[in-house]
Amino acid sequence: MATPVLPAPADAAFAAACLDAGQPVPGFIRCPAGERPERRFSVYRNNVVASLIGALEAKYPAVAAIVGDEFFRATARLFIAAHPPRGPVMARFGGPFADFLAGFPPAAGLPYLPDVARLEALVLEAFHAADALPLAHDHLPALASGAIALRRHPAAFLLRSQWPVLTLWRMNTGHVELAAVEDWSGQEILVARPGLEVSAVLLPPGAAAFLETLEVGPAAAAAAALDVPGADLSLILAALAQAGAFCAPEVQP
Amino acid sequence: MTRTSLPAGAGVGFKPQHFAEIAAARQPLAFFEVHAENYMGAGGLPHAQLAALRADYALSVHGVGLGIGGLAPLDTEHLARVKAVCDRYQPESFSEHLAWATHDGVYLNDLLPLPYTEARLAVVAQHVAEVQEALGRRLLLENPATYVTFAESTIPEAEFLNEIARRTGCGLLLDVNNVFVSAVNHGTDATAYLDAFPLHLVGEIHLGGHAEAEDGAQTPLLIDDHGAPVADPVWALFAEVIRRIGPVPSLVEWDNDVPAWPVLRAEAERAGRLLDSARRIAA
Repeated sequence: MATPVLPAPADAAFAAACLDAGQPVPGFIRCPAGERPERRFSVYRNNVVASLIGALEAKYPAVAAIVGDEFFRATARLFIAAHPPRGPVMARFGGPFADFLAGFPPAAGLPYLPDVARLEALVLEAFHAADALPLAHDHLPALASGAIALRRHPAAFLLRSQWPVLTLWRMNTGHVELAAVEDWSGQEILVARPGLEVSAVLLPPGAAAFLETLEVGPAAAAAAALDVPGADLSLILAALAQAGAFCAPEVQP
Repeated sequence: MTRTSLPAGAGVGFKPQHFAEIAAARQPLAFFEVHAENYMGAGGLPHAQLAALRADYALSVHGVGLGIGGLAPLDTEHLARVKAVCDRYQPESFSEHLAWATHDGVYLNDLLPLPYTEARLAVVAQHVAEVQEALGRRLLLENPATYVTFAESTIPEAEFLNEIARRTGCGLLLDVNNVFVSAVNHGTDATAYLDAFPLHLVGEIHLGGHAEAEDGAQTPLLIDDHGAPVADPVWALFAEVIRRIGPVPSLVEWDNDVPAWPVLRAEAERAGRLLDSARRIAA
């Protein structure tokens, strides 16, 4: 028995009319006498669009809080039309939202918005990332002696922003009170999930450079960190370790 | 092929916000059900919660994204993800829908309807066979809630499902809320649907809430939104089904406007009491 390779015209017409409310209801649709096909078909149209808007809202709550419900929904509709989901795992839907916002003229007055979306995408990525034990305090002597190597934790992600996006994200997700932002300097942020809870913390100078270069080796990472003005290597290591940026060693020392 | 079954008691569709209350004490429930698609990340809280639930209760994994009812070929990558969830948690049951959602690579995130024709029957039966082959398990296929029908349909829905089961050996998941919603929407008789349905193939029952469209139109329109208590006529249909076939694993789904845990549990306990009385009558 061969599986047909192409979807039938019926499914194609149904899907197209679902995604575009401007299209007429396909002629093969039937409903009870006296009923308008548009009314019945709109249930599918609403389900598709409302469920996808809901999925975006769940993934980007701070963006939604910043721009407000009406703006968010209108933006989400346009985003969905341009970047519909390519598979059934909703956690993977909406990846290009930050880039979409960056090129979305109505949001141009909020230049930090794309980075807020990037931070929210990393929070969800950390939430679902692979589990691993984080580096613990009692690993530190072995680390200092070179007996174990530093490895980045699989649920640890960096974001460098020229905006104070961690502050904006905290204020718009209920972590801290809304207030006027005094300091508009950029922030380097670590999103991590050493256990089951995701956290996002501000990193000291040089920590992002250290983590980004860690793959090359510890000496290169230290050198990259120390290139950054104000970097203090012991402070960097302590901050990264405490935030859950590193894995426990594979073999216990 | 694995052919396990859930215990013939009441279960609940798991919502993460209820986890702490569920874990705090042994719940008077026979099983939990989860949507496969919510457990396709590598790790973290979803898997920690599901592993804990699985250790204490029977488990049903319910897929929403395989698109068994569509003409498009099955997404083999997604099928592999479903298999990974089943392999990891070894559920007593895996079920999916007679519906589709993917067209031209775009996933529409809804359970879309299909015409009931001989040609479609052949494709759906092939999809069910492929899924059962890949998972090494018998599948339960769920009857849909629908809002429209198709001009080209020639086979009644109950007969369509019966024929798929006959060709593939799959079981059926009877959603009595869907039966009621579809009957009202199409002006047909829910009891006549049950009369035509191959009830002996039912491996699980779903109970859920629906909404009534309030748009002032003359004809009633019910929407399967899983956002309310189970309606009285749906409880009556449920009682009628288990009167006919005895107790069956029965699940309460509440996915939108999710209530506090005691409210959801009370709905499941109501189902449990009906199952108990069906059990006494059968004994």
